[in-house]
Amino acid sequence: MGKPLTHLERLESESIHIMREVMAESENPVMLYSIGKDSSVMLHLAMKAFYPSKPPFPLLHVDTTWKFKEMIRFRDDRIKELGLELIVHINQAGVEQGVGPFSHGSQVHTDIMKTEALKQALDAHKFDAAFGGARRDEEKSRAKERVFSFRNAQHRWDPKNQRPELWQLYNGRVRPGESMRVFPLSNWTELDIWQYIYQQDIPIVGLYFAKNRPIVERDGMLILVDDDRLPMAEGEIPETRMVRFRTLGCYPLTGAMESHATDLPGIIEEMLVARTSEREGRAIDHDGASSMEKKKQDGYF
Amino acid sequence: MPTQNIEEYLRDQGGKPTLRFLTCGSVDDGKSTLIGRLLYDSKLIFEDQLAALEADSKKLGTQGEDIDFALLVDGLAAEREQGITIDVAYRYFATDKRKFVVADTPGHEQYTRNMATGASTAELAVILIDARKGILTQTRRHSYIVTLFGIKDVLLAVNKMDLVDYDESTYRAIVASYEQFANELAELNVTAIPISALKGDNIIHASKNMPWYAGPTLLEALETVEVDTDVGGKAFRMPVQWVNRPDLNFRGYSGTIASGQIEPGTEVKILPSERTSVVARVVTYDGDLSTAGAGQAVTLVLADEVDVSRGDVICSVSEPAQLSDQFAVHLLWMSERALFPGRQYYLKTGTRTVPCVLTDLKHKINVNTLETQPAKRLELNEVGVGNISLSERIAFDPYRESRALGSFILIDRQTYATVGVGLFDFSLRRAQNVMWQALTVDKEHRAAIKHQKPCVVWLTGLSGSGKSTIANLLESRLHDLNRHTYVLDGDNIRHGLNRDLGFTEADRIENIRRIGETAKLMVDAGLITIVAFISPFRSERRMVRDLMCEGEFFEVFVDTPLDVCEARDTKGLYKRARAGEIRNFTGIDSVYEPPEAAEMVMHTETESAEESVERLLSSLQERGILTVD
Repeated sequence: MGKPLTHLERLESESIHIMREVMAESENPVMLYSIGKDSSVMLHLAMKAFYPSKPPFPLLHVDTTWKFKEMIRFRDDRIKELGLELIVHINQAGVEQGVGPFSHGSQVHTDIMKTEALKQALDAHKFDAAFGGARRDEEKSRAKERVFSFRNAQHRWDPKNQRPELWQLYNGRVRPGESMRVFPLSNWTELDIWQYIYQQDIPIVGLYFAKNRPIVERDGMLILVDDDRLPMAEGEIPETRMVRFRTLGCYPLTGAMESHATDLPGIIEEMLVARTSEREGRAIDHDGASSMEKKKQDGYF
Repeated sequence: MPTQNIEEYLRDQGGKPTLRFLTCGSVDDGKSTLIGRLLYDSKLIFEDQLAALEADSKKLGTQGEDIDFALLVDGLAAEREQGITIDVAYRYFATDKRKFVVADTPGHEQYTRNMATGASTAELAVILIDARKGILTQTRRHSYIVTLFGIKDVLLAVNKMDLVDYDESTYRAIVASYEQFANELAELNVTAIPISALKGDNIIHASKNMPWYAGPTLLEALETVEVDTDVGGKAFRMPVQWVNRPDLNFRGYSGTIASGQIEPGTEVKILPSERTSVVARVVTYDGDLSTAGAGQAVTLVLADEVDVSRGDVICSVSEPAQLSDQFAVHLLWMSERALFPGRQYYLKTGTRTVPCVLTDLKHKINVNTLETQPAKRLELNEVGVGNISLSERIAFDPYRESRALGSFILIDRQTYATVGVGLFDFSLRRAQNVMWQALTVDKEHRAAIKHQKPCVVWLTGLSGSGKSTIANLLESRLHDLNRHTYVLDGDNIRHGLNRDLGFTEADRIENIRRIGETAKLMVDAGLITIVAFISPFRSERRMVRDLMCEGEFFEVFVDTPLDVCEARDTKGLYKRARAGEIRNFTGIDSVYEPPEAAEMVMHTETESAEESVERLLSSLQERGILTVD
């Protein structure tokens, strides 16, 4: 008689099972790598799932050109260290039009540099399955999404017409042009992610740890002055504050939180007493109660 | 909290067991309210979520000034607008004792498939009953689905006790009648609790309003109920997901252990090949394991070079899984397009996907009354019992013994959508006892003395498109060339072999199945078989194509537009169909699905029948059908 698996062991096995099913059922899979903590866990699980083989698919990073500099450095180091293939895609048309969060607003910026760019990359490489690190506990409409989420040839998600998903019998078949978005971390919570990072000693970007950083405060959001593209208001001077980030995205759209957590136990301790959800720091989620559902229908991850 | 305590906390948390449960009940039972309350009372709702919830409650809520917890879990815009739960939602929370994954499932009959989805991965069910209404049809339905999908533990939450003045006798009466009903179902362990999700009675804290109740609160019950986990207690099974071959020196079989335990040195049997070997290593990223059990994702290296591929099942030698290609099954249909016996689907079980056909639908089960009714097809959300036949033998266990090896999904062969799910009940002995009679003279021998390669030329198209004319002409030409042929014509066959069949969808499928099998026998006899049938459905034509060997099926689309066929109306049928005298007439009130990749398309408007046939003959010539030395 064996002893039952623990909660984290069960989650790990489930994610590995999902990854292997995708590998076996799709022609040309890719793993979306956003450099954040969830992506770090997903990558770690992929290393486990196919060992002693390396993950038999490339990673894809959709670079909006507004990511924190530290994220890009971390990405390049990590990929080199693991010896994996990375595709970096930037929406060149967007760059030529000078699209950015300040000139065009967060919504247009995200649409063009993230959602559009992602579709371009998936089309260009004809990927028929793409792993994403989204979790069901992040947001209400995500809670209703399948592990294998079917997208039509226009990359659209139809919440009312999802494939039934029973037991561990995932149906990854698609016709030419159609694709699957696959979420191996569906059943993980934010706390599970942190516990796993701690238990497995998974490298994450330094931005998650508290440090003195140059900050401006706007509408209650603490913005890191990551480069000189951040337009300063009349008389606005960055001040040094001890902050860390709970999630990572485009630096002008991601709010920091004041914190003294300089290591993992510190982060987890703060999390346990936290009274706001992690997406609170994300500007794009506040565009309306159903905004995530809407964005996902349009092809957002 | 100092770091040391955090580490202790993390070890503690990491070692907690999980309970996966589903909640079932209708909108009015307060199911979403219950989950919202569990999350709220166990302090798992964040301030920004609470702010959004308060705003939503004012705008869309059904609780006046109070917070409407249902809005917290109904995630889709359509659900919030209509105030109902449409899809399964998964929620997560933890207490000091356990971590919980909750599948929140809709209770209406039209969402039976969603409830089944939640039940398929749950270990326990919370069934809600409205204390004012008692046991309803839906309670019976929910309980039936729950037991069908193998859940053995039920928490019966008698909700809205506040609306019956917390009356004990009302509660007792409901519990008594539920227990009586539950006895009719399979073994079910029932724990009943009187609650008010809205007011919070007996959810987390014992209710002061019901001093007569001494049992556990809902949360206490969830934390302590013993569920049947069966770890390592069953024989070893591991469906192979992926063959792991990084280089020439390593060959491993990756998969998740479905049941039992394994260690290096264990002898195993591979199904369906029935070869045996010995486990040499149990490989993981964290190092080789000395033992591994149910639920673990591992990579096995075997001592011998046996042929193992995805879809095979590695089993215990002493207690291997069964092998069969014919099964008695329970099915739950999940598609708007009905299930008909005879139509082909893909069946995925474990990691294996094979073509299958429902050979017989015995009856359907009224999920409300549990009565059986005769049925010719299964509609969306209907449960039925029937026999299924696969194109090859697979390893399986009955569902009551193994969820992993006893479950399957059915996939549409055109859209690839998941259209149904099922449970293997048992193997039909027939499959093991009926063997193919091996014959000394085979298809090749029979064809060789005719100097031809047998095949089926399948003419499909609307009534009046010219199929019979072309079939007749083609046979004359082949006869002139000394080829042995036979024509199966739709009208003629319906006078004999198929005269018991009408024109409903089910009968049309059976019609084509019989023709397909007949054509197959003729091909086996070495004949060039010409079939002229409307055969309107792609899936049936495909079914026949799959019956034949590669290169034996020659699909010809006689592409005459409807208006031309109707203008010709050689048999006067279109006129009668238009007048409503004939029902289910292809092109008028029944669809024709044109082939997507026919071997040949004929346009009878622009090409004479003679020209079409010459073109067809040269194509057959090119494929080596007519000359074999």
